Amino acid sequence: MVEVLEARKQQVLEKGKDTYALECEKASTAGSVSQRACVFCGSRVVLYPIADALHLIHGPIGCAAYTWELRGSLSSGPELHRLSFSTDLKENDVIYGGEKKLYAALTELINEYKPKAAFVYCTCIIGLIGDDVDAVCAKVEKEHGIQVIPVHSEGFKGTKKDGYKAACEGAFKLTGKDNTTPVSDFSINILGEFNLAGETWIIKDYYKRMGIEVTSCITGDGRVGEIGKAHRARLNVVQCSGSMTYLAKMMEKEYGIPFIRVSYFGIEDMSKALYDVADFFNNEKIMENTKELVRSEVSDLLPRLAEFRKDLEGKKAGVYVGGSFKAFSMVKALRHLGMETVVVGSQTGSPEDYEYLKEITNEGTIILDDTNPLELSGFILEKGADLLIGGVKERPIAYKMGIGFCDHNHERKEALAGFEGMLNFAREVHNSVTSPVWKYSPARMKAQEKKI
Amino acid sequence: MLLRHTPKEVVERSALTINPAKTCQPVGAMYAALGIHKCLPHSHGSQGCCAYHRSALTRHYAEPIMASTSSFTEGASVFGGQSNMLESINNIFALYDPDIIAVNTTCLSEVIGDDLNQIINRAIADNKIPKGKTVMYASTPSFKGSHVTGYANMLTAMVQNFATNTGKKNKSITLLPSFVEPSDMSEIKHIAAEMGIDYIMYPDTSGVVNAPMDGKFHMYPKGGTPREKIIASGDSRYALALGRVGTFQAAQLLDSKCKVKTEILDLPIGISATDAFIDKLRTTSGVTVPESITVERGQLVDVLCDKAQYVYGKKISLMGDPDILFGLVQFCKDAGMEVIHVITGTPAGAKWDRRIKELAGPNAIVKSGAQADLFYFHQLLQNTKPDLIFGNTYCKYIARDMDIPLIRTGFPIYDRIGHSYFPITGYRGGLHLLVKILDVFMDRQDRDASEEKFELVM
Repeated sequence: MVEVLEARKQQVLEKGKDTYALECEKASTAGSVSQRACVFCGSRVVLYPIADALHLIHGPIGCAAYTWELRGSLSSGPELHRLSFSTDLKENDVIYGGEKKLYAALTELINEYKPKAAFVYCTCIIGLIGDDVDAVCAKVEKEHGIQVIPVHSEGFKGTKKDGYKAACEGAFKLTGKDNTTPVSDFSINILGEFNLAGETWIIKDYYKRMGIEVTSCITGDGRVGEIGKAHRARLNVVQCSGSMTYLAKMMEKEYGIPFIRVSYFGIEDMSKALYDVADFFNNEKIMENTKELVRSEVSDLLPRLAEFRKDLEGKKAGVYVGGSFKAFSMVKALRHLGMETVVVGSQTGSPEDYEYLKEITNEGTIILDDTNPLELSGFILEKGADLLIGGVKERPIAYKMGIGFCDHNHERKEALAGFEGMLNFAREVHNSVTSPVWKYSPARMKAQEKKI
Repeated sequence: MLLRHTPKEVVERSALTINPAKTCQPVGAMYAALGIHKCLPHSHGSQGCCAYHRSALTRHYAEPIMASTSSFTEGASVFGGQSNMLESINNIFALYDPDIIAVNTTCLSEVIGDDLNQIINRAIADNKIPKGKTVMYASTPSFKGSHVTGYANMLTAMVQNFATNTGKKNKSITLLPSFVEPSDMSEIKHIAAEMGIDYIMYPDTSGVVNAPMDGKFHMYPKGGTPREKIIASGDSRYALALGRVGTFQAAQLLDSKCKVKTEILDLPIGISATDAFIDKLRTTSGVTVPESITVERGQLVDVLCDKAQYVYGKKISLMGDPDILFGLVQFCKDAGMEVIHVITGTPAGAKWDRRIKELAGPNAIVKSGAQADLFYFHQLLQNTKPDLIFGNTYCKYIARDMDIPLIRTGFPIYDRIGHSYFPITGYRGGLHLLVKILDVFMDRQDRDASEEKFELVM
């Protein structure tokens, strides 16, 4: 029996057994070992891949240290985003204010690196000591002629989701700047693709083959100049809906660009994403290209997946990821490998998201919101999962239990998006689940003995 | 390349840290707390801090790192975090059942002025803390010190909360290690055990963050110092604190609070510091150094003699944590290497600066504190290129940019494993370290040798 905190009882349900609607979108219970992060983290992870912008973290050192190289958002050019800049506030600054330090730091950095734009992230302390960051940014902006954008991401001001919103506001300020560079009639912006392990490049290639121009990618392998013309694209295609829907809505309102939500993970969702875009443009040639692309990619992929599926058929998986959209894709992708999802949850899902998860999972599946390691490991064990999909903090938990693991968060080194990403995913899941190392796990050895 | 643009010319910066050579206090406090058996670290602030610290330790140790958070929201930030903390205490004991909750503060809870003493007393008064359980805390804002300071503060809190002088001395010697790997904690214990010494050591993260895989997830692995031992340290005959920056405050408190005579030594890294540690154990306990230890020492010295020519005269640059740097610098000198740069992001104090300068030699550049960051380190290296870098994972960018070998030491190490299993302390750790150094130089010699000079035996 897995113990669940009283206050969290309604945040966990078993499909087919529990009839209540899953509680979600609420603050974590104080005292829980939550896997969630803060507002600052949310804005930092989203804006981080804009590679030719300066990212200065205004606050004490920790916030900058922990988000330095937080995720492998690759750049095809400048790599300014990968350095860690901090005003490194000290006790005196906390007492007397950090505005002067911020001004000096910004000036030094802009002189040194000549960035295309600058983001200044406000951390917890800034909200408390009340530095007028907007004023400092405006002053520096005037003096240096580049946009200097304050990102109000004080850690305590909500959840990671609020950080996404702050990031969207920041990114939005970069749009609407370039009204001259020609933009195609068949043009889109990719929103919420972060170019982990080069995924943006895979996706961009698909669109190119379809005959569609990617005007900008916000924010994967991002450039300030590209985002400047984003407002003239015809469609926004939102991948990480949790983080970027807000920006899409802002752009819809301001520039009249419609948006669709997609996922690039798994065969169905990837294909659907491309078809949805093709549908939008209602152009015969594009539709033909898309069909051809999907046909050739899928027919290449399926026989190769079958190889992995042979070994994975009937295995079970647990999924615990940040965004719920990713969870949907995982459930479907695992099904292609013959695997059933027995535990699934997210840090930030909405009521509709969890209803959808209920729809696509089997009876008996545990669905959870904002879980903690004790619960998670309990349910994994109870349901006999052979694999856990999660992020950095979940990996060693899976290994300790003697089951396979696949990182589907910041730390992954494999591109998992697109058709080739599906193949990487299958390979990683296969190699982890069928690794001979598990036969040395005492738990497995015991189970084996019992069988004999 | 990532660091292509780092300019050679060193310009004084005052307002800016680029690529920090340190991180913040709570992660060190969390690590220290993990070194007590059945202790759950708790972060009093917003969720992000706790998530970051857990991630950092998870990456470094590849182990499940448990810690809870007060989950501050805007309300808590305005009205204070007392209710969050009290609720946390309730929930933690109800669900996770630790023996001890070790609270570290964050910038946020420090700036709003939460009085943890008062909150904990309130929890005691309200009977929220079950019998036999403890809630302790250390003040660890990020705007002061570094991860090493955080470690030191939590270690001090252990003395403050547990060490008790009953008036009746026991036979033990208390050992207080600075922020080192679990493998180093094991090595220090190994030396004390070989010497036949009755010791109490805390914190002790061995068996906690390098625990074996047994098919289960354990909220509290088997390792860690039992709290009874920490309590008993107040009656110990003698205390040795190893590594000044990480232990000074705790050692002083143990001395003043429990009247335990304490002495501070350098971490036993390298030959001379290990010699000093063993000699101190010998004289304070009246034991003789056993043959087994003499053999370990002899082996280290032997290998150093055998291959001294490969390391002699090599130029070394080091960045890292202040206590570890002492041992490393001394070890480099013992091996005939030339130390040219030593930096630490930890504001280790003027005394540290002076001592390490003395140790490293008049030509070495030494810097500690805020602007002693990796940007500065890179600039120094561009002006005088060393043959080898000691430092944490983040040095890999400099190492690659300048084609200099890097031996990973200190915290954090995200991209290599082994540090939590193989020590750098003691003679055995010295041997391990020496082999690493030799590998680096000999590999390089092989790599760079012309065809006719490429030989089998070295």
